[in-house]
Amino acid sequence: MGTGFSVIKHVMVPDHQIMTAEEIEELLAAFKITRDQLPNIYHDDPAVKEIGAKINDVIRIVRNSKTAGKAEAYRIVVKRPKK
Amino acid sequence: MKQSQIDVIEAADLPKKTKDDLIAYIGEKDLSDETFNAIMDRINIEYANSRIEPCEAVGIIAAQSIGEPGTQMTMRTFHFAGVAEINVTLGLPRLIEILDARKIPSTPSMTIYLQDEYCCDREKAREVSWQIEAAHLSEFGEIVTDMLDMKVRVRINRDVCKKRKITIEEIFERAPRKIRDKNHYRDFECEEDLADACLTFIPKDQDSYQNLFALAENVRKVIVQGIDDIERVVVRKENEEYILYTEGSNLKDVFEVEGVDTTRTRTNNIAEISDVLGIEAGRNAIIDEALNTLREQGLDVDVRHIMLVADMMCIDGEVKQIGRHGIAGEKESVLSRASFEVTVNHLLDAAVANETDILEGVTENVIVGQPIQLGTGDVKLIAKKN
Repeated sequence: MGTGFSVIKHVMVPDHQIMTAEEIEELLAAFKITRDQLPNIYHDDPAVKEIGAKINDVIRIVRNSKTAGKAEAYRIVVKRPKK
Repeated sequence: MKQSQIDVIEAADLPKKTKDDLIAYIGEKDLSDETFNAIMDRINIEYANSRIEPCEAVGIIAAQSIGEPGTQMTMRTFHFAGVAEINVTLGLPRLIEILDARKIPSTPSMTIYLQDEYCCDREKAREVSWQIEAAHLSEFGEIVTDMLDMKVRVRINRDVCKKRKITIEEIFERAPRKIRDKNHYRDFECEEDLADACLTFIPKDQDSYQNLFALAENVRKVIVQGIDDIERVVVRKENEEYILYTEGSNLKDVFEVEGVDTTRTRTNNIAEISDVLGIEAGRNAIIDEALNTLREQGLDVDVRHIMLVADMMCIDGEVKQIGRHGIAGEKESVLSRASFEVTVNHLLDAAVANETDILEGVTENVIVGQPIQLGTGDVKLIAKKN
């Protein structure tokens, strides 16, 4: 990538952060859910690769929402299923 | 405004936008704590009231809210999108394309922004566009089919090469390689004459005119400069900067061209965005594309409905269509799936797999004639006897 291209710098890609174990505990308790109820993101997703997240990590995504200004969403890293 | 009041606003359980609006509105006004607390109480009540209630069937509301305006959209496929000469599919066909998560849209198109050094100078913008627009060999010189000697001769025009910033050596190297690799045509030899800027192609079979003409056709069509998928580039000035609009799309290769702003450049191919930039960018692309398609037709659909659809399409980490191969086909309930499309197949598969339908959803309960588990149907009343 000669032009210093970075996925997370693109305007369409919101901020991705890897969450710590305590943060994940808090999140799951607050929503009364289990890990497998979280939305998924594949391990080979360009944004995941860029921040270096591993399978089973939970990622906090701070979206620029048209309604709320900023909105947090969460995704769990899973392996891309084989076709 | 007092710092303590700002702290109260920041700590409140409200969306960021509401907080920002409130701080901006109060601004320099000096409110007593009493008035301020009254305002905060009202805002909290209003916000609680305006939230969607638990168990509300938001999916059906979203479906209706997009479906009804959809009936008013044009069925015509082509329309000029205000951009010079570039055709973009709009209206209902485009909306269907977005929701079906097609791998390639019928009119792929890119909006390429340029870096600061390039965006204000028309000449520099043009230079970038030449690195992107696919140019055939025939644009760089004269192609002669010599039927007497059974040869195809290309005489390169040095002026054109200079203007387009490509050397004759590059053309000489690329043309034969691309004919072999991309066009899969290999039955020829190639002679270079750098001093004369002349490239000669000789078919292996010296007796067949058909081969000669096939070779000539391949030589004419071979792309020696630019990105193969991008057929046309239009340079336009908008808000004091030059922007390139393209017909055809290849996000990955365009990002590697020098001068392209890799933070803003985008395509209307959602599958490509989610491949190159990730699923979250794909979600944003669905929202933007769907909203723009509706807005362009003068339909004002609330963004929340489109956000819900985009969230559902992207929930599994890849873009899924709203249809029997995507969301509708993955529903829990057999009856709900069967009521959508290919009824018999779904019922047969469910029977083979010994599936059970617990009748929790809306569709299933409508089919069997029970009250649905929503609104008044969700409440069960037990009367005390005395």
